This record gives sequence, C-alpha cells and structure tokens, in this order.
Amino acid sequence: MKNILVIGANSAIAKAVSRLYAEEHCRLYLLARDSALLAQLKQDLEIRGAAEVDFAPLDVTHFSLHEAVLEQALDTLGSIDLAILCHGSLPDQARCAEHFDAALEQFNVNALSTISLLTLLGNQMIAQGRGCIAVVTSVAGDRGRPSNYVYGAAKGMVSQYLQGLRGRLYRHGVHVVDIRPGFVDTPMTGHLPKGALWSSPERIARCIVEGIGRKRHTVYAPGYWRLIMAVVRAIPDTLFKRVPL
Amino acid sequence: MKLHSWGRYPVTESRLHVPRSRDAIDRLLRPAADKAAVIARGLGRSYGDSALADDVVQMLALDNLQSFDEDTGHVRCAAGVSLATLLQVFLPRGWMLPAVPGTRFVTVGGAIASDVHGKNHHGAGTFGDHVLALSLLQASGEIVQCSPTLNADLFNATCGGMGLTGIIVDATLALRRVPGSAIVQQTVRTANLQEVFSRFEEHSGATYSVAWLDCLARGDALGRSLLYLGEHAEDGGYLAPRSGALSVPCNAPAFLLNRYSMGAFNALYYQRRTDPLARQRIEADSYFFPLDGISHWNRLYGAKGFLQYQCVIPQDAALSGITRLLQATSAAGKGSFLSVLKKFGAANAHWLSFPLHGYTLAMDFKFERSLLPFLEELDGIVLDHGGRLYLAKDARMSAETFRRSYPRWEDFQALRLASGADGLFNSRQSQRLGL
Ligand SMILES: Cc1cc2nc3c(=O)[nH]c(=O)nc-3n(C[C@H](O)[C@H](O)[C@H](O)COP(=O)(O)OP(=O)(O)OC[C@H]3O[C@@H](n4cnc5c(N)ncnc54)[C@H](O)[C@@H]3O)c2cc1C
Ligand SMILES: NC(=O)c1ccc[n+]([C@@H]2O[C@H](COP(=O)([O-])OP(=O)(O)OC[C@H]3O[C@@H](n4cnc5c(N)ncnc54)[C@H](OP(=O)(O)O)[C@@H]3O)[C@@H](O)[C@H]2O)c1
Repeated sequence: MKNILVIGANSAIAKAVSRLYAEEHCRLYLLARDSALLAQLKQDLEIRGAAEVDFAPLDVTHFSLHEAVLEQALDTLGSIDLAILCHGSLPDQARCAEHFDAALEQFNVNALSTISLLTLLGNQMIAQGRGCIAVVTSVAGDRGRPSNYVYGAAKGMVSQYLQGLRGRLYRHGVHVVDIRPGFVDTPMTGHLPKGALWSSPERIARCIVEGIGRKRHTVYAPGYWRLIMAVVRAIPDTLFKRVPL
Repeated sequence: MKLHSWGRYPVTESRLHVPRSRDAIDRLLRPAADKAAVIARGLGRSYGDSALADDVVQMLALDNLQSFDEDTGHVRCAAGVSLATLLQVFLPRGWMLPAVPGTRFVTVGGAIASDVHGKNHHGAGTFGDHVLALSLLQASGEIVQCSPTLNADLFNATCGGMGLTGIIVDATLALRRVPGSAIVQQTVRTANLQEVFSRFEEHSGATYSVAWLDCLARGDALGRSLLYLGEHAEDGGYLAPRSGALSVPCNAPAFLLNRYSMGAFNALYYQRRTDPLARQRIEADSYFFPLDGISHWNRLYGAKGFLQYQCVIPQDAALSGITRLLQATSAAGKGSFLSVLKKFGAANAHWLSFPLHGYTLAMDFKFERSLLPFLEELDGIVLDHGGRLYLAKDARMSAETFRRSYPRWEDFQALRLASGADGLFNSRQSQRLGL
C-alpha cells in the first residue's frame, strides 16, 4: 500500500491523479485551501477504493505554516511514498507586466511556495531514505513567451530547481519527477477556447501515474509535447521574438 | 469565446464559466440582473443548441461521488460526474447503469436534463426513470430537493427539461445488478422495413435491441436493416469500458462524405456476414459505445458540422410514418452513415421527455444549405403521424412544431414563470422554441 501526500488537491489534475491512486487502494493525505471541497473529495476517493483519506487546509502562500502542516501529514501517514505538488495559478500576464506586486504574488504561488515545500519534503525524504517527489510544472517553463512569461518563468524556476534536487536526493534513494503538461481543460483554463491540442485532466493523470511508476525524470503530458517543445526551443530568438505567441 | 456542441452547428459566442462548487455557481448567477440567458452544460454531447447561451455554466468540476450503498446500488453524485466514471467505478463491482445513451461521455446532469434512453428503453424506460432524487438550484438561488413524490411537478419538469428549470447540482440514481458486463449479441438481417418491424415485435422480450438501417436503400429494400439483440453474459466477468486510443485530429474535408461514399459504406455494412443463430460475445464498451473509441469523430463531417434528425412516431402510425420519412430521404439523396431504428416502450410522467410507445429513427446529415428546407419537409411527415423530435438532437425545429408535438409545453412554461426560471435559464434552443 502506498502513502501519498497531495498538495493542491482540489485542482482538477490532482483530483484525477488521486482517483487513479484511490482505485489502487492507496492511502491519501490531501492539502488545499478549501476544506469543504476536501471533505467532499475524501468521500469520493473512499467510494472509489482509497484505503483511507485525511486532509487539512493549506494556503501555500502562508510559508510559515509549511513546516507544521507537513509534519502533521507525515505523522498521519507514518511515511510518505509519494508527494505530488499540483497547486498553481494562471496569471493575468498584462497585469503582471504593469505591476510587480501582481507578478510577485504569482511567483509566490507558482514557484517560491513550491520551493519552500520541496525544501522540507526533501529533508523528510532523506530522513526516510526512500520515496518519490513529483511536481506539476508546465511546458510554459520551457521557453518564455510574451503572452505568458511570468507563469513560464515561475514554472521554469521550479523545473531548474528540480534538476538540482534530483541529483542531491538520488544519493538518498529518493526519486524526483518533473511533470510538464501541455494544454489541459480545467477550471484554470475554462475561459480559453479549446482546440485539438487540448487534453482532459484524466488523460494527464494517466500520463502522470505512468511516469511516476516508470521512474521517469521529466514527463511531458501527453508525450507529444516533448516534440513540440523541442521544436519551440529550437527556433532562433531573432525569429521567435517576432512571433506573437 | 466560440462554443458549439457535438454537431458543431450552430456556433455561438458565449461566456463559459467552470465553477468549482455550489457556492461558486451561486456567486456567478448573482447579481442575476445582468444575465438573462444562462444555461447549464455537461460534456456538450447534445447535438444542437440546447447547451448554448450567452452565459454557459459548465458543470464538469462538480464531479464527486457522494455516497454508495453496496446493498441497494443507490449512488448519489454531483451532476458533473460522467456516465463513463460511474461505469468505470461500479461496473467492475457488478453494477450497471439502468439506461445508457450511445456515448458514455455524458454527465449525469445532461442525462437527466435530456431524459436519455438506451437500447433497453422498451423494457427499462429512460435514465430519469431511475433517478430517485435530485437537488435543483433554482433562479431564486435556493436549492430544492425533488423526487417522483417530493415536489413532483418540479421533478417531472426537470427530467427532460433541458436545463430550463434550473441547474441540477446532484442526484441519486439506482444502479442495476447484472450477471456480467459483456453482452451476448445476436444479429438479424432484415430485407425491408416491414420485416424489421416484425422482428422488433417478435423480440420485444430482448433486454437490448437496436437496428442499424440503410437509409439509402430504395424500393423493395427500403428500410433494410441489421437488428442487434443483446443480453448480459451470465459469466460473472466484469470489465469497465476503456478509453479510446483513436482521435480525429481536425475537420475532414466535407466532400469526403457524399451520397456515393455513404451509399457504398451502407451497402457494404449491410452485407456484413451475419448468422442469425450465432451468438457473439462483445465487451460492454464496444456494444454500448461503438463510436467512443474514436474521439472527435464529429470532425469527419467537416467544418460546417452536421445535424442529427431523431424523431419518434407512435406505434400505430410508425410503419407508414417511417416509410414516408425514408422515401423522402432517399428521394432527396440525402442519406447518412448510421441511421438507427429502435422500438420504444411507454412514455413516462416527465413533461418534456422524448420517448413514447412507438418507433424512433435517427439520421445524421452533414450541414449544407439545402438541408434546412428538407428537414422542414420531414417535420411535416412527423407531425402528420403524431410524432415528435428529440430536443437533445435538435438545432432547428420551429416553435410551432415543438408546441404541436409536446402537449405539456404550457405546464412547463407556467412552472418556469412561477419559479422565475424564464428570466434566467434560457438557451439558444429555448429562445428558438418560444419557451
Ligand atoms: C455519439 C452520441 C450518441 C448518443 N446516443 C444517444 C442515445 O442513444 N440516446 C439518447 O437519449 N441520447 C443520445 N445522445 C445524446 C446525449 O445523450 C444527450 O445529448 C445528453 O444530454 C448529453 O449530455 P451532456 O452531459 O453532454 O450534456 P450537454 O450536451 O452539455 O447538455 C445537454 C442538455 O442538458 C442540460 N444540462 C446539462 N447539465 C445540466 C445540469 N447539471 N443541470 C441542468 N441541466 C443540465 C443542458 O442545459 C442541455 O439542455 C448521444 C449523443 C452522442 C454524441
Ligand atoms: N490547465 C493547464 O492547461 C495546465 C497546463 C500546464 C500546467 N498546469 C499546472 O497544473 C497544475 C494544476 O492545475 P489545473 O489545471 O488542475 O488547474 P486548477 O484546477 O485551477 O488547479 C489549480 C489549483 O491550485 C490551487 N491554488 C492556487 N493558489 C493556491 C494557494 N495560494 N494555496 C493553495 N492552493 C492554491 C487552487 O486552489 P483552489 O481550488 O482553492 O482555488 C486550485 O485547486 C497547476 O500547477 C498548473 O499550473 C496546468
């Protein structure tokens, strides 16, 4: 039986991932802002087969609470086989370009909170001597685009951080997975028009669970985004800066 | 943003909201003053304009299972839960949905709002017949519980009510125990419409029955069909439907579908080898949802989209009515790939529910300008025979046709007025139908 900690558990992608683990009768500990929704999700996961589900509220931008909350999670679960971080927010880029305060808020949610949590989790896992940490970043972190570079920079920061953390934790038997979804149809992107490149959160969840199971390092979800981003990264700056992306 | 449903016609400019909770729905409905056309939306598997409005409330984030009773098979869940989820979770435990449409990618809310039917309608009734209770968010902001006995009028108006009484938030359904998830299928080839009708009557005891009909056949062969009969395998094996791997990535050029390619397809399909005595074992997914394996197959009809024309004709007039519909279709050379014929059981108490004792015919037509007048012609035939059209598939019927064929429309409208729904919950379809 696997003990799993899910942060940002009310996100559409996290819900779909937790449901797959519930079917495998895993034991889950959920953290997110809205406890009323977490209580409903607990019911759902238990009906689907989860061994046991606990939850606690957490706003990830309250950095000072991180340590206590994670300790509580570890106490409840006994040990953590897998921690998966899914929280995030899609900024209003135009506003962030005007006001640094808005950008800072986004860096706090999408990058610094994650790095704070990873610091603590990394140390917990080293003490355990095993485990896996999976973080949902984004293909947006692969290259900055005018329409979305604050989000991209935050996600890119986390991806870089994970590369280093992976090397450090490897020696301690802990595995680190960087998950980079493409376009996913979730409440975060509800207002955007959808096309052929969009995936459902369920599809992304299957990629995530499979990637974690196979001990992949970087999971593009779905896999074809690896190719798309290789092409995007290869475009020379002289050309790229002219494309309104 | 631009929004359309499964038929990709019509396309509207809408604001799409994806609330995460009941409170969030309530917040976005208020202040209601600046909104006059709000409609709930599930997975957008209705064909026409019933899930389109200025403001569309997509229910997919409200998708929790809330309770399940292992003994009775009663499940309570949020309206955004899909039938695919219910099958995936409960079919392996031996519980089947009492009625399923031809795709499992519909929500519980959508299945109730359209009071959908499956291949077992003649025996099991509609989806709504197995809803024990539901919670409805009304225009006042109040959430009202209703069931066949509690607030029965509201319940009967909401099952089949196309989202026009309010937003269904959650529902309790009765699942059905089955001896195995696979289906044992028997195929009967019939030479014409008369024969397929007699076979349907002869096999009215079959659990599932549906016929695929070659709507391009003429003369003596008019209405030739393959009738598929199905029973649950009694082997205690349970397999949840799997997700499809194929996808149609973009719109196909519309000219690929023309009367010649469709005629050839239909003729080949009809000639499929069948042995009336042979029984074939088929997994639930390919029996109930043959098209779910190919996602976005609707793109095959090209950028302009397509319409599905589904009508029902009462038993006594069914043979002559459907004969006339097929003659008109064949004469216009308008045929479609998959035309489906099915015998319905009795109508239920739901005010705008589609099925009634008789036969239903569904035909797909690629959108082209000459299509609309042609479908008007078919409407005339349907009305002459006392039939009606299915609102879940409709994108173009006139208000007059609707009123003539849904006798309880006035009660429905009165209930909408009384609850304030008429000032808030309106879709492109309801506006067209004069509701
Ligand atoms: C391939 C295919 C096969 C099909 N086969 C069948 C069949 O065999 N039998 C059959 O009966 N139908 C069939 N249908 C039609 C389909 O079952 C219905 O259109 C169903 O309503 C779609 O559900 P949805 O969740 O996609 O709803 P949508 O298409 O999003 O909405 C449909 C209607 O339901 C309302 N609605 C949705 N959610 C709510 C809610 N929470 N509260 C209130 N109202 C709500 C909407 O306002 C709208 O009026 C088929 C469709 C396809 C694409
Ligand atoms: N959707 C996409 O196209 C896409 C693409 C690539 C990557 N991603 C990433 O995938 C992850 C999941 O997103 P999603 O698409 O599933 O969208 P989502 O449903 O909107 O999930 C985002 C979640 O982040 C939570 N969150 C935001 N700020 C928070 C805070 N301060 N404290 C705690 N939680 C907070 C939200 O909590 P509340 O429920 O309380 O609001 C929400 O549940 C995110 O990291 C996102 O960046 C998404």
